[in-house]
Amino acid sequence: MRSMLSVSISAIALIAASASVAGTVKYYGDFDPAPLAAMQEIIADFEAANPDIKVEFQNFDHEGYKTSIRNFLSADAPDLANWYAGNRMAPFVNSGQFMDVSDVWEEHGLKDALASALPSMTIDGKQWGVPYTYYQWGIYYNKEAYAAAGVEVPETWDQFIENCAAFKEAGVDCVTTGTKALWPGAGIFDYLNMRTNGYEFHMALANGEVAWTSDEVKATFAEWAKLVEPGYITQNHAALDWQDAAALLVQGKAANYVMGNFAVAVFKEGGMTDETLGFLPFPTINPDVPRAEEAPTDTVHIPSGASNVEDAKKFLAYLAGADAQTKINAAMGQLPINKDASVNEDDPFIVAGFELLSTTPGGIAQFFDRDAPAEMAKMGMEGFQEFMVKPERVDQILERLEKARGRIYK
Amino acid sequence: MSSASTETHSRSWWRENQQKLTPYIFLIPGVIFFLFYVIVPIFESFWLSTYDWDGLGEKEFIGMANYAELFDDEAFYTSLKNNVIWLVLYLLAIPAGLGIAIFLNQKVRGIRAYKSLFFFPFVISQVVVGLIFAWFYAPGFGLFYMIIEKITGSEIAILADERFATYGIIFAGLWPQIAYCMILYLTGLNAVDPEQIEAARLDAAKGFKMLWYIILPQLRPATFLAMVVTVIGALRSFDLVSIMTDGGPYGSTRVLSFYMYEQALSEYGYRMGYGASVAVILFLIMMVFITGFIWKMVGDERKGF
Repeated sequence: MRSMLSVSISAIALIAASASVAGTVKYYGDFDPAPLAAMQEIIADFEAANPDIKVEFQNFDHEGYKTSIRNFLSADAPDLANWYAGNRMAPFVNSGQFMDVSDVWEEHGLKDALASALPSMTIDGKQWGVPYTYYQWGIYYNKEAYAAAGVEVPETWDQFIENCAAFKEAGVDCVTTGTKALWPGAGIFDYLNMRTNGYEFHMALANGEVAWTSDEVKATFAEWAKLVEPGYITQNHAALDWQDAAALLVQGKAANYVMGNFAVAVFKEGGMTDETLGFLPFPTINPDVPRAEEAPTDTVHIPSGASNVEDAKKFLAYLAGADAQTKINAAMGQLPINKDASVNEDDPFIVAGFELLSTTPGGIAQFFDRDAPAEMAKMGMEGFQEFMVKPERVDQILERLEKARGRIYK
Repeated sequence: MSSASTETHSRSWWRENQQKLTPYIFLIPGVIFFLFYVIVPIFESFWLSTYDWDGLGEKEFIGMANYAELFDDEAFYTSLKNNVIWLVLYLLAIPAGLGIAIFLNQKVRGIRAYKSLFFFPFVISQVVVGLIFAWFYAPGFGLFYMIIEKITGSEIAILADERFATYGIIFAGLWPQIAYCMILYLTGLNAVDPEQIEAARLDAAKGFKMLWYIILPQLRPATFLAMVVTVIGALRSFDLVSIMTDGGPYGSTRVLSFYMYEQALSEYGYRMGYGASVAVILFLIMMVFITGFIWKMVGDERKGF
């Protein structure tokens, strides 16, 4: 009797489960409050346009999400999941956890509409997800600090270094950064390397195809040494979080900060305005290499274990559209990837970023920790931090990275 | 009829052996958990350390290659060295705890309040201890930083300087550890025999001689316990490193347990096999101490302590 009862209960549960699957799309993501609200609006719009589909969204915090995704992809896969482009999605693609969505790209002409992100979404000639936002990196500077030191906004690297001498004279850190969490240092390296050796070389390095002990990489570090050796970078950066360094820029104790556009919100919370905060693209070092930029891309994927693939693909197509991308990026303060989407014309940093990225001739990198495999990224970023503290150890650091390269890329 | 007889038979068998069996039955839940959460994972770690596995894809058997790599890994030796520093300096918690305990072992009004104040750091979470000390050392606004700046005129960010960072963390760790040792000694001091002290006084023992020859021998169980918790505490130090420096600057404050976590489970890690091989080494090191402790305990039990 009891066993019969439990059988019937589980049968009911089974029916209930399958009923809730039809027409329901389970979506796991990791949004901050403002983008979360925007994403919920987009979900509401999508549901209005597709009355037979319901999207069940579940939000995670960023750090927790990075761990959870490894569990839920294999154990209890949703129909949609947030992640990142470039090499960062490679482990999931290679282990067959993400679904090939090339058909969505074909069907909706996304190869044209999302062209700028196509290379970073492609592995083995297929597309594995849909990008919905990215943001530019560059140099954010304190206009008042520039005025106080009496220097002009630089156009070339040499001018930039000359300015640094003037800032040093005035007791201001020319470049600030906070490398406690390691990644901010990688932004500086990426730009120096792309400006010195170009996008192709930078990507080859991230992919383990060229040696860290090569003359090209040494040239990059030689440029970097021009900042480090005279002490133009904030002294205690290894003890600072990126927000601590942002405070230095806000207070005028530092003049420049190599950062992503998300930092603008922090600068403005600290009291800076469009009048005192400036943005400049990272200056040219080697005029022979085409300008390349850094723009980490956030993406949505369909896990292989998804149960409602058909509707999930509809949502991806909707998210790739110009309207959805305009809306969510307006809320996030970031840039849409769809070329037909529009940006907020009142925000000078968004306008500058849109201009910068849409005219990039050289290529768009994701960021060192997304372009290089995780292990290499970690070793590399530690090396960058060490170099900014002990520049005299450059050869030792590069040899260590080269040894790691030999092991990591088999 | 026959079934009834077996029933009485089995009941009487149970009754006969009840006394003998009951302890084992009570042990079963504990043993099961110990087996599944401690013993099995130990062997699993050994097994996993011979594989190359990212936690997602196929496992690849690579034999001892993880260990070969480990013994050629600068970061491993840095961690090992830091573990030794931790171990040595952490032992300072024992004399310091004893000192404070003797200091506090008196009958004055409100002594309980003083004792609880001294015990306070052990009550708060290690994470909070780490945060407090990180602010204490913080460049720009930290109290310690400003004092050093006033005295020497040079700016030293303890946690960003590879020369001092590990010591800075250990110093933070000593704060609760001393409190722990102090409590152990305070309990021990309660059990010190006043008659022996009286007798020693009559023999004109005082000061250090009194402490060394009369008090300390009676505190042996407390000292042993303090030793055990301190050594194990030093070897498994993880939370403070993670909170205060995250292993940095450039990996110079890593300890083995942190390196294991970093390799196996952190954002840039997911080398399960390599992490497991670090865990195995750490286990073997701990085993040396644990065996020593168990050896002594068994010996003491035989002697009837």
